[in-house]
Amino acid sequence: MHRKNRLPYYLMALPGFLYLLMNNYIPMTGIVIAFKNIDFRKGIWKSPWAGLHNFKFLFQSKDAFIITRNTVLYNVAFFIFGTIVSITLAILVNEIQRKTAKKIYQTVILLPYLMSWVVVNYLVFVFLSSENGIVNNAILSPLGLSTVNWYQESKYWPFLLVFVYLWKSAGYSMIIYLSSIVGISQDYYEAARIDGAGKWKQIRYITLPLLKPTVITLFILSVGQIFRSDFGLFYQIPRDSGTLYNVTRTFDVYIYQALMKNSDYGMSGAASFYQSVVGFVLIVAANAVVRRYNRSSALF
Amino acid sequence: MKTKEYQRMQLLAHTVLTIGSAIVALPFLLLIIASFTENAWAMANGFQFIPGKFSLEAYRYIAVQYQTIGRAYVMTFVVTLIGTAASVAVTSLFAYAISQEDIPVMKVLSFMTVFTMLFNGGLVATYYSYVNYFHVKNTIFALILPGLLMNAFNVILVRNYIRSGIPVSLIEAAHLDGASAFQVYGKIILPLSKPILATIGLMTGLGYWNDWQNGLYYLTERGGSHLYTIQVILNNINENVKILQQTAGATIGSLPMPSTTIRMAIAVVGILPILVVYPFFQQYFVKGIMLGGVKE
Repeated sequence: MHRKNRLPYYLMALPGFLYLLMNNYIPMTGIVIAFKNIDFRKGIWKSPWAGLHNFKFLFQSKDAFIITRNTVLYNVAFFIFGTIVSITLAILVNEIQRKTAKKIYQTVILLPYLMSWVVVNYLVFVFLSSENGIVNNAILSPLGLSTVNWYQESKYWPFLLVFVYLWKSAGYSMIIYLSSIVGISQDYYEAARIDGAGKWKQIRYITLPLLKPTVITLFILSVGQIFRSDFGLFYQIPRDSGTLYNVTRTFDVYIYQALMKNSDYGMSGAASFYQSVVGFVLIVAANAVVRRYNRSSALF
Repeated sequence: MKTKEYQRMQLLAHTVLTIGSAIVALPFLLLIIASFTENAWAMANGFQFIPGKFSLEAYRYIAVQYQTIGRAYVMTFVVTLIGTAASVAVTSLFAYAISQEDIPVMKVLSFMTVFTMLFNGGLVATYYSYVNYFHVKNTIFALILPGLLMNAFNVILVRNYIRSGIPVSLIEAAHLDGASAFQVYGKIILPLSKPILATIGLMTGLGYWNDWQNGLYYLTERGGSHLYTIQVILNNINENVKILQQTAGATIGSLPMPSTTIRMAIAVVGILPILVVYPFFQQYFVKGIMLGGVKE
């Protein structure tokens, strides 16, 4: 090629490269914290090795099981309900004939996606606050029902968290499915109509089957993410209420608390290592499956 | 052809979507109304869609508390602008460089980028290195650098866009005319990848505006409160609304703080810019999601 001077290209890559080092690769070396007994005066590398002590500690506590269970089960629930709700919304939005109406629905349903979890925390709090919340004050009391101490009763939280998750993210996945639906050739529907198939049959026998590849790809990718959890959702929405930990604590919340509240580098480092390594294995495996199934959807 | 079934479908779709939109919109409406409710009334009767007493006291308090909230607002804008501009610059330069796969090392950089999507050091190691190696604690860099400045996903998006959307012949011709690599970047790559850069810029900007985690991790009340953004303040007063009184000092001694409604008012102030801007940029958000789509 004509290009004689490569230096400018290396210069262009330099800031991004340095950022990758700072933000990703240097922290990766920090995973040895899990095997260390951190002494701050000595730094990571000179601190004494702890072997598997930190892991023993973690897995002997009940916490390891609880956070694994919560993280995995919430991800499963999010996937199942998220898929049902967002496909339903996408099909319905696609059916709407009037363009302005269509745009308004899309715009409104996507809005929560743009909010931070802190703001969503406030939005939920206005409803559930035990003293001022509208649910207790305007719904339960007037009906003569006993009020509920929402932030203390763990039995409601699996439903609440799934609901809040759907509320915030359904618009996002709706758009992904909508873009798949829009891509379906009108010829199929035309042919079905000529054969006398009604709307329901068209959805049942054309739209849904043709969405299957998208669903399967998203499914496999979410298997790869099953050890990850959205810190904001699980930290903000239950408002750090201790009595709810059993059903609200996931990896990311646990690691944050062990690190920031207890300064327990050993324990949080071990949990962090466990999450990263298992997550890595899962995502590589999931990607291998996607590659076989649908090459263009693979991450790498 | 308007059959009966067609009409039934329209009716069903409109009904379900109207209910869905209401479920989305009502919490926002209630938050806004709560912020205009008189504090004492809200304490006694709870938040209601039609409160017994309207009041501007929460907003008046915010206005008086200008040093805390006004400063945080300015901070949020500054961080969002600097962060987004830096992000788009670093990402586009890096993406263009690694799109030149015939240059040695560029493929390695591409792989290094993708690998960050698969494996990360986790919060503990990231926190440790940002605090102990890079000393970002209680500096403005704490709000700009960790996690948000460049992400692998955006790099790949821009790289692929440059590769498939910009004709190589155009770049070759420019080089033949004597253009340097940086001139090509500035005069060809940047203008032609405007759509994708606008999309990632919008998403990144939203990320900076909404960020509270970096503030939570890297700013302390003692040394970092002058760097608080609106989101960080919202997160902090969640735990303890009195923080506002402490930071505000004695100047507002005469005005009692509307302890409950003030939070709602600050939340409204925090989301206001998004609510105002969103309708105009809605299509870009949608486009961004479709591009990111399946791979997120």
